[in-house]
Amino acid sequence: MSNYLKYLLVGFVFGIVLTKSEAVSWYRIYEMFQFQSFHMYGIILVAIGVGTIGVQYMKRSGMKNSNGEPIVIADKEPGSFRYWIGGIIFGLGWALVGSCPGPIFILIGAGFWSVTLILLGALLGTFLYGVLKDRLKH
Amino acid sequence: MNALFQTWPWYISGFLIAMVMLSLNYFGKVFGMSSNLRTLCTMAGADKFADFFKFDWKAQRWNLAVVVGAMIGGFVAVHYMSDPTNVDLNPKTIEQLATMNIDAPNGKLAPQALFGNEIFESPKMILILIIGGILIGFGSRYAGGCTSGHAIAGMSNLQLPSLKAVIGFFIGGLIMAHLILPLIF
Repeated sequence: MSNYLKYLLVGFVFGIVLTKSEAVSWYRIYEMFQFQSFHMYGIILVAIGVGTIGVQYMKRSGMKNSNGEPIVIADKEPGSFRYWIGGIIFGLGWALVGSCPGPIFILIGAGFWSVTLILLGALLGTFLYGVLKDRLKH
Repeated sequence: MNALFQTWPWYISGFLIAMVMLSLNYFGKVFGMSSNLRTLCTMAGADKFADFFKFDWKAQRWNLAVVVGAMIGGFVAVHYMSDPTNVDLNPKTIEQLATMNIDAPNGKLAPQALFGNEIFESPKMILILIIGGILIGFGSRYAGGCTSGHAIAGMSNLQLPSLKAVIGFFIGGLIMAHLILPLIF
């Protein structure tokens, strides 16, 4: 159990940050896609900026992870079609219900019961992908 | 103390999100929320229907712990750290929303029109939320990741596929926000 405590804690911080930054808010996503606020762009850009410095440092400095092994972050599979098309499908859903997978869980935790419908849909969508995977162009 | 209750600035929030991702890297894991959806499908028995779900889900329990933590974090932030000044939108956004009959935030995280419990009585709203979910679940698996896995973790690792996916996220999002949402509401 104590193995999982650190992950629980990381998730706890993640849930608080996404809620207090209002990245879980349908309103903020709508405002972002209308280009009417810098807030969400600022969050994403700073996260990527700090993340890039951190990841590159971890990879290049030979830093070890908490198990004493070198830090390896797998590359994404090369390709194009699946990323463009999958990305667009995801974006349509993101702007419609204003939440991505992290916020779906966070909002349910916060007591937005209607979001269980989004989770239900997301599980269904994941299942559909799994069933159709071999017939889809990637 | 007061600042904790108000909307956290983007530079603090962005920094902390990067820290969340980097801590997971330090623990030998990779940040990604949507893969939990696959794990949950497998736990529910989806592996009987497709090979895609045949994997050792127990190796993903750490990520479910992140999810549970995030849910508790959301609960604490909404119930003990909120403030009436929250979700201070651009006045233009509020005007636009009013023309679609979507209520202004006034401190709420999500509009009643889409997320209030009344929506359970509206087949249209139920359908919208489920369809939105399907697009998110299907799209994130097709693209191999979502905002966390591609936009944050993939971009920080300078992955070209992630850049394509993120541009896709925004193309889809702009089409929805500008062309489809006004037709629905």
